[in-house]
Amino acid sequence: MNPRARALDALVIVTLVTFPFWLAAIGSYTELATRVVVMGLAAMSLNFLLGYTGVLSFGHAAYFGLGGYGTAMAIKFFGFGSVPAMLFGMLVATVAAIVIGALIVRRRGVYFAMVTIAFGQVFYFIAFRWNQVTGGDDGLTGWSRQPIDFGVYKLDIAGNDKAFYYFVLCVFALCVAAMARLIHSPLGRSLVAIRENERRVRFLGLNIESRIWLSFVISCFFVSVAGGLYALLNNFIDPRALRFDLSGNFVIMAVMGGMRSFWGPLFGAAIFVALQDYVSSHTENWMFLIGLVFVLVVRFFPRGLLGVLTRGSAA
Amino acid sequence: MSAAIDRPMSQLILFNVSNGLIVGAFYALMALGLSLILNLSGVINFAHGGFLALGAYFAYSLTPFIGFWGALIVAPILVAAMGLVVERFLIQPLYGTDPLYSLLLTFGLAYMIEDGTKYVWGAQSLPFQPPKWLLSPLSSEYFFLTGYRVFMIVIVFAAVAGLFGVLGYTRLGMRIRAGTRDLETVSTLGVNTRVLRSLNFGLGVYIAGLAGVLAAGLLGLSPTIGASLIMPSFVAIIVGGLGSLVGTLLGGMLIGVASGLTAVYWPSATEAVIYVMMGVVLMVRPRGLLGEEGRLH
Repeated sequence: MNPRARALDALVIVTLVTFPFWLAAIGSYTELATRVVVMGLAAMSLNFLLGYTGVLSFGHAAYFGLGGYGTAMAIKFFGFGSVPAMLFGMLVATVAAIVIGALIVRRRGVYFAMVTIAFGQVFYFIAFRWNQVTGGDDGLTGWSRQPIDFGVYKLDIAGNDKAFYYFVLCVFALCVAAMARLIHSPLGRSLVAIRENERRVRFLGLNIESRIWLSFVISCFFVSVAGGLYALLNNFIDPRALRFDLSGNFVIMAVMGGMRSFWGPLFGAAIFVALQDYVSSHTENWMFLIGLVFVLVVRFFPRGLLGVLTRGSAA
Repeated sequence: MSAAIDRPMSQLILFNVSNGLIVGAFYALMALGLSLILNLSGVINFAHGGFLALGAYFAYSLTPFIGFWGALIVAPILVAAMGLVVERFLIQPLYGTDPLYSLLLTFGLAYMIEDGTKYVWGAQSLPFQPPKWLLSPLSSEYFFLTGYRVFMIVIVFAAVAGLFGVLGYTRLGMRIRAGTRDLETVSTLGVNTRVLRSLNFGLGVYIAGLAGVLAAGLLGLSPTIGASLIMPSFVAIIVGGLGSLVGTLLGGMLIGVASGLTAVYWPSATEAVIYVMMGVVLMVRPRGLLGEEGRLH
């Protein structure tokens, strides 16, 4: 690990830990910081598949939303606490990813993207149409995140914004550490090898399909964690959390920050969330401007922010 | 007398099947254009629905000046011209890069077109009237068979026949088909593949524009008219089989009828059923109904 990468790690950690404090100083609010971390986790999870395996999924919002709906329903209907509810959401999303992943794993490139987009929409329509259970288009309301009771100490994530931010940050840290371990494991190395030269890896006798499937499931698992946090953050979830445009936003976050760098998607998410927050409060035509961002990033900035900054030193 | 008692149910089914066929025709038109572009250039044109919406709105704005028939001819040409500009300045520089980039670019473009149409024509849906004489039902028993629907089917058939004619019997079509198999060789043989890809893109977008004019007359105008048609078009391509235009056509009609029939028996599953069909096809026959084996990867 080179010194520049280590310095970047330190910078990211210090920034995230002190986030709510200096964000308040520049006139913003804690919830925005929480949203950056949640979206950052989603984009980094997607990048496990996109950047490190080289497989283009355009349907990750489905698993994000399933994680969110699972969490929300577990709290509302089963009376689960916040953490068990998230575990339930993760389970639902991961099972869906296991089944759908097995169906699509033989596709490559644009075709993989197309199939993932199309499959993502199934869950959108289920959430949209199954009113009695999901609340339909109006979303699922009538529940809220619960304080976490550790026995000796009760963490009030329901009432205290900062407490919730640090709860989210802890979950983020666990997930990111796990992903970093996976990337540097033999499995992760073989995924990068598939990205670089699939045919050669196949000739070396590795089972490409099962590895891509595993990468897809791992990626969806982590994105469902982000989805659960997202539902807790808003105390609300609606079908838009499952829709394809959110999948597109995840991809642009990863690309904008830099797909080939570990922290890139987090930076992309920060820029995207800040931009969306700013633009949508100043103009009605924010969709046009977000679309313009897509076009400009692709045309003039395809390596992403960290891709440009760390050129030459990246792995 | 049992036929008389059965009639309401059979009429309902017929009504929904004919609805399904018409919606399927839209899916097929959209999917054919998408397929053309995808097969030759490897680009998923996410903005395809946006171009369809533009066709509809252009027709709306043109009708007061040149009438419905004029708009039916001019609007798709305008859309194709816009498509050519987009292809030349935005998509062409991305050929040869990771397909991710063209997908993201057209995705952003879809946002821009949708919001742009909202800005220019307003977010509410607008009425769009085809000629009066086309709107009256042809039979009192089968009330749903208006002249406009028959006319639409005729236009769709003509468009599809025209497309297959162009592809099958013209020099351009021959080159497009050849380029779909092996663009490099076509280029080596002295064909300007840059122009070929542009024309092919224009052709695909033209069909979307035409579908837009027809859809405006049937569904009315709203900025999301294209966005609601693009996902089923993807499904049509996957079900029909990648690389096969006949398959795409078949896939579009098939999922249209399937969702039409589902509307009779289980209305809430109308949208979801086509995705279930896609799942079944991918499980039983991964290359799609008429797809080519080599296109699997």
